[in-house]
Amino acid sequence: MVFMTANWHPLGDAFYRKTDLYEMGWNIGGLRDCLIAAAPYGGPIALLKGSQRSERSHSVRPVMEMYTSSGVPLASFLWKSGIVVDIGWTVSDYLLCIQEDGTVLIYDILGNYCRHFNMGSELSQNSVTEAKIFHSAYRTGVAILTKAYRFSVVTNIEDQKIWRLPDVPGLQTSGLSCWTVISQDRQTKLVLASGRNIYVLDSDSCTSVTVPGLDPDISSYLHMSASFNYKYLALYTNTGCIWMGTSNLKEKLGEFDCKFHAPPKQMVWCRRPRSQQPSVVLMWDSLLLVAGKSNESIQYNLDDELYLVPELDGVRIIGSKSHEFLHEVPATCEEIFKIASMAPGALLLEAHKEYKKESQKADEYLREIKDQNLLPTAVEQCIEAAGFEYEPETQKMLLRAASFGKSFLSNFSPERFVTMCRELRVLNAVRDYTVGMPLTYVQFRQLTVQVLIDRLVFRRLYPLAIEICKHLKIREFQGVSHVLKHWACFKVQQKEPDEDIAHAINQKLGDTAGISYSEIAAKAYECGRPELAIMLLDFEPQSGEQVPLLLKMKRGQLALNKAIESGDTDLVYTVVMYLKNEMNRRDFFLTLRKHPVALSLYRQFCKHQEQDTLKDLYNQEDDHQELANFYVQESYQEAKVEVRVAELQKAVDEYSKARNEFAAKATEEQIKLLKFQRKLQDETDKPYVDRSLHDTVYSLLLEGSHRHAEQLYKDFKIPDKRYWWLKISALAEKNDWEELEKFSKSKKSPIGYLAFVEVCVKHQNKYEAKKYVSKVTPELKVKAHLLVGEVEQAADIAIERKNENDLNLVLSRCNQSTDRSLVERLNKARSGANKK
Amino acid sequence: MAAHLSYGRVNLNVLREAARKELREFLDRCAGSKEHEVEKMFTLKPGSLPPADVKNIIFFVRPKLEIMDIIAGNVKSEVKQRSHRDFHILFVPRRSLLCEQRLEEQGVLGSFINIDQYILDLIPYDGDLLSMESESAFRECYLENDQTSLYHAAKGLMTLQALYGTIPQIYGKGECARHVANMMLRMKREFAGSQNQILPVFDTLLLLDRNVDLLTPLATQLTYEGLIDEIYGITNGYAKLPPEKFIQKKQGEGGKDLPTEPKKLQLNSAEELYAEIRDKNFNAVGAVLSKKAKIISAAFEERHNAKTVGEIKQFVSQLPHMQAARSSLANHTSIAELIKDITKFATYLNYGLSRIVASEAFFDNLTVEQEFMTGVDTDKVNTYIEDCIAQKDPLIKILRLVCMQSVCNNGLKQKVLDYYKREILQTYGYEHILTLNNLEKAGLLKLQTNARNNYPTIRKTLKLWMDDVNEQNPNDISYVYSGYAPLSVRLAQILVRPGWRSIEEVLKMLPGPHFEERQQLPSGLHKKRENRTTLIFFLGGVTYAEIAALRFLSQVEEGGTEYIIASTKLINGTSWIKSLMDKLEAPPF
Repeated sequence: MVFMTANWHPLGDAFYRKTDLYEMGWNIGGLRDCLIAAAPYGGPIALLKGSQRSERSHSVRPVMEMYTSSGVPLASFLWKSGIVVDIGWTVSDYLLCIQEDGTVLIYDILGNYCRHFNMGSELSQNSVTEAKIFHSAYRTGVAILTKAYRFSVVTNIEDQKIWRLPDVPGLQTSGLSCWTVISQDRQTKLVLASGRNIYVLDSDSCTSVTVPGLDPDISSYLHMSASFNYKYLALYTNTGCIWMGTSNLKEKLGEFDCKFHAPPKQMVWCRRPRSQQPSVVLMWDSLLLVAGKSNESIQYNLDDELYLVPELDGVRIIGSKSHEFLHEVPATCEEIFKIASMAPGALLLEAHKEYKKESQKADEYLREIKDQNLLPTAVEQCIEAAGFEYEPETQKMLLRAASFGKSFLSNFSPERFVTMCRELRVLNAVRDYTVGMPLTYVQFRQLTVQVLIDRLVFRRLYPLAIEICKHLKIREFQGVSHVLKHWACFKVQQKEPDEDIAHAINQKLGDTAGISYSEIAAKAYECGRPELAIMLLDFEPQSGEQVPLLLKMKRGQLALNKAIESGDTDLVYTVVMYLKNEMNRRDFFLTLRKHPVALSLYRQFCKHQEQDTLKDLYNQEDDHQELANFYVQESYQEAKVEVRVAELQKAVDEYSKARNEFAAKATEEQIKLLKFQRKLQDETDKPYVDRSLHDTVYSLLLEGSHRHAEQLYKDFKIPDKRYWWLKISALAEKNDWEELEKFSKSKKSPIGYLAFVEVCVKHQNKYEAKKYVSKVTPELKVKAHLLVGEVEQAADIAIERKNENDLNLVLSRCNQSTDRSLVERLNKARSGANKK
Repeated sequence: MAAHLSYGRVNLNVLREAARKELREFLDRCAGSKEHEVEKMFTLKPGSLPPADVKNIIFFVRPKLEIMDIIAGNVKSEVKQRSHRDFHILFVPRRSLLCEQRLEEQGVLGSFINIDQYILDLIPYDGDLLSMESESAFRECYLENDQTSLYHAAKGLMTLQALYGTIPQIYGKGECARHVANMMLRMKREFAGSQNQILPVFDTLLLLDRNVDLLTPLATQLTYEGLIDEIYGITNGYAKLPPEKFIQKKQGEGGKDLPTEPKKLQLNSAEELYAEIRDKNFNAVGAVLSKKAKIISAAFEERHNAKTVGEIKQFVSQLPHMQAARSSLANHTSIAELIKDITKFATYLNYGLSRIVASEAFFDNLTVEQEFMTGVDTDKVNTYIEDCIAQKDPLIKILRLVCMQSVCNNGLKQKVLDYYKREILQTYGYEHILTLNNLEKAGLLKLQTNARNNYPTIRKTLKLWMDDVNEQNPNDISYVYSGYAPLSVRLAQILVRPGWRSIEEVLKMLPGPHFEERQQLPSGLHKKRENRTTLIFFLGGVTYAEIAALRFLSQVEEGGTEYIIASTKLINGTSWIKSLMDKLEAPPF
């Protein structure tokens, strides 16, 4: 480990190191004459060979090749489309190929064509000369420059909204030397250099900017480059001076004079997040130069054609033979590994080494850390440093030291240590040559596990993705289920029998949470395999999800079954309405008949919306009872008595067919009443229709039409009791006391005589009421006396009858004005009754 | 926070807060700003929208087609007036493709900026009470075979389980209960894998169909709360009462301007006194009120004893509480008087004549109910009912009684049934033939078949009638109906001890299957504890008296079960029967 610092080079306040990532697995002559694009975050590499326009002959078509970062081939195909200006990767590992005619073709990581879009129709004449692909958090954009010096930008290739940027004055004459895109905070700007002028171009304006702190002698800018996060910008001038500053061109961070007048082939930022110093990596044919801010530099001589890939925390250098990573040594690593470092982490590492040697020095080192109370810091440092190291051996060494130190701490949370171990294991797995994703820890944290899993899924590395999900204990529906779903969607495209595929998918997926079988089925349907789709849908536990796809596949009957199973009536309605439109009426009704739940729901719908259909439904089912009810309902919609009678007559027929004799008879009675009322109405010009029989008789009695009342009483066989009640109530209401008395004597009252007392009292005639009290049966007499206000008589009878309830009743009507002695007598009688 | 929702063993505020959060999020989406000041609220009416100076109009509706047509009308008239309002629609409890389709047919779907759903299946009413407020649930399930409300119930139970943990045991009785349980189990499978890691709050879920116990809602409730509901109706936790008794008696004012607006009172357990008396038999309320009155006046007298500044300070600090208690007492004394006027529970002096008639009607009605429930003369035409029809008493009262007789006799003989039906049609109008038909379909009225009347067996086995009822210090749930123990609650009680196996025979006599299901809990969430909590869900409605009986069980059984009650709707016999009626009205001539 003495050699940890062997490849470190000082620059400014920090060190830089170049570590080997891979020996490239590809077998290519060199990167010359290729269009090359490498995706950030250790993504794939695309090479378009033989595409340079100048060398293009019509007989040889260019070849598009795709590799992992370790040079393992992913795909290769002949390029048959138009002339490609530039290629680049999106944030989600799709390859964009921008053609001269403005068409952008999109391929997936395995070389499958996905789709295309166009950067604007006016491009047909003005062909694209340059293109740049830029990223922001979750999207990828494309900016193009046409022959006529016009810029167009698509900020998000998903929505493909094209912005034509305003013209820049003077470009036609003084030309454009270099430009770049700045994409920050949802805003996209272009910075461009024309002669000695720098312009900032956004969607509606073009501003000329002065670069602060730059030698005024400069006549042109040869190169410019924005940092990975677009916060910084580097400019390379014709004098060989590199200006480093913020991307808003307001602040200068440093300047480096390399004195080369030839423009570099590539210039990229090399800066880790939160680092204090700016540095830019420049590449010429045989020289790689890391430029710092105060004219310091690190220089590497080159013997191979290289390609620089800027990353969040450094620069990857891809050559035909090897793949390296150049970055600033993180502060923690520096503290631990710097020669003669006394940092707590360094001491802990030493202590652990001595401990392994079984030397007592271990104790001395530990003591030194503990004396300063720095053991937690030391452990933290070792854990953190492990994350920054690429070699598993170094990681292990640091983690072991951390674990050693941790065992001397009582309440140190193990979480960070455990998480680091887990995540490093994942990183080492994806960094493996066969996978070829040289992600650093910093990049991994920025990328998130979700995206990493997606990337693995895109490469069809399903088992690895699942292992990672399990290892990191990611919640199922974001992790394992998600991967399995992708696997299944891939599986349905395989040329195997439907049954086998469905079985295989179900075997693997089972009831895993968050698996949407309907999504997989939709994919199968999309791939032209409806039978497979139906098989898969059968596994879907959520009926709500099954139904829409089944309808799309025109499997209405099956959809109806599933909808009913779900219990979701709205879903049933949806299918029923669909079937109604799709089927002829006969078949529709027959289908409904097989599904009572759907039938009742449809009936409900018809009740409110389509009365006529309702009738047809009942007819078809021979549901005479409901049909009769329907006609009764209909009859009430009608104003004309004749029409109503006709409707009711239909109801009578249907009730009879339904063997509901009571209802048939009652409805016949109703018709009879209606007709009678109608006649009466014509004769007397008073409204009778729509009154009940009871009310009709009552009004007739009130009006004195005793003959008519009598007729109804007989015709409709009104029970005597009710007729008597009707009559005495009506007579009392019209204060016809004479007639009432006469009636009371006509024959023995079927309702007794208390009723007479009550109706009189109700119409405030106690005098008349008293006439009937004597006729009341003994057991009700107390009540009768009380009703007419004769408390004393009531009391006498109650006392005589010795009935407790009666006594209580009388007592409850006694008040302060009642004779004291009466109350006493009552109480005495009550206690007597109680004893009995 | 609504304090009255969190007093019990289960904090229903959790549910309320979850629901509130969702509503706020929707309002955020509509208004686009963080401040959602609701300017005005209107009831949905056909025609134009009432004028209001607002930008956003939110339709907050149940997913019903009729409502969609009204909304379409509203929106069209707005468009005609060229208003620049933004429309939003919020479906409660969930959106419906059918409704959206209707809006599309009406050509207004595009006018809505937001179409969303507000998943509010179960609304917390009190610390132990949840309601879906779906008044037509019973009708839909039993008359129309439309099980939409059951789907919502199952969804609501899933929401509850998401918040309060998986309920390990499910019991049920009735077709609807079976259907809900099936849907729940199915929905659980849909979420298979994503296991709920919340320690279960409920140990048991008991699903009960209303049609298992058709009798209870027909009987007049005799608890304080039940009577308020029977006489004045409680809607959404509020009762509207006649104002006369609530006038502040001040000297010098000769009661000139009597208020005509009904007095609106909110009734829930947030009010200490109400919480204490609402579930008591009305006969036991008077004593509590007078005791309370004494305590309160004694408390006010305390001020004379307050000598030191500290004592006075302490007295003053208690004043707001005491004043609240005094006004609460005044309100309930007034309500109790109102009810007494009608029910004549106590021997009270000096009543006007009309009141005597009313109170006797109440008493006679009650007598007949109790006769039916004890099985006296249920097989012949009842004279009281006959007299009531002859005097054209309210139809619902008649229907309640006739249905009760039918239920207590396991159906009526053809002659008796036809007689009643004919009397009703002749007296109240032939249009009620549809209502009668509905009651028959729901099983409330039925023809006695050859089968034996099994009601007496059920009554005896389940001890539905208790002769020695103690209204003051109850020892059995039968106090809520002064003798009748609600069948539904008996089933719940027996389920806990000794278990339904002991009443297999009776369960078979009641309609629908009875069943038991278990839901697997993730390991580590099993618990053993003394106090069990049961969620009892009434599919088709629950009465206040039943709630009172369950609360009684929660308190009484030593180390027993605490009940949380859920229902499709809070009902009483009147509102229930009303929901089953078909209103037919002829167009004006």
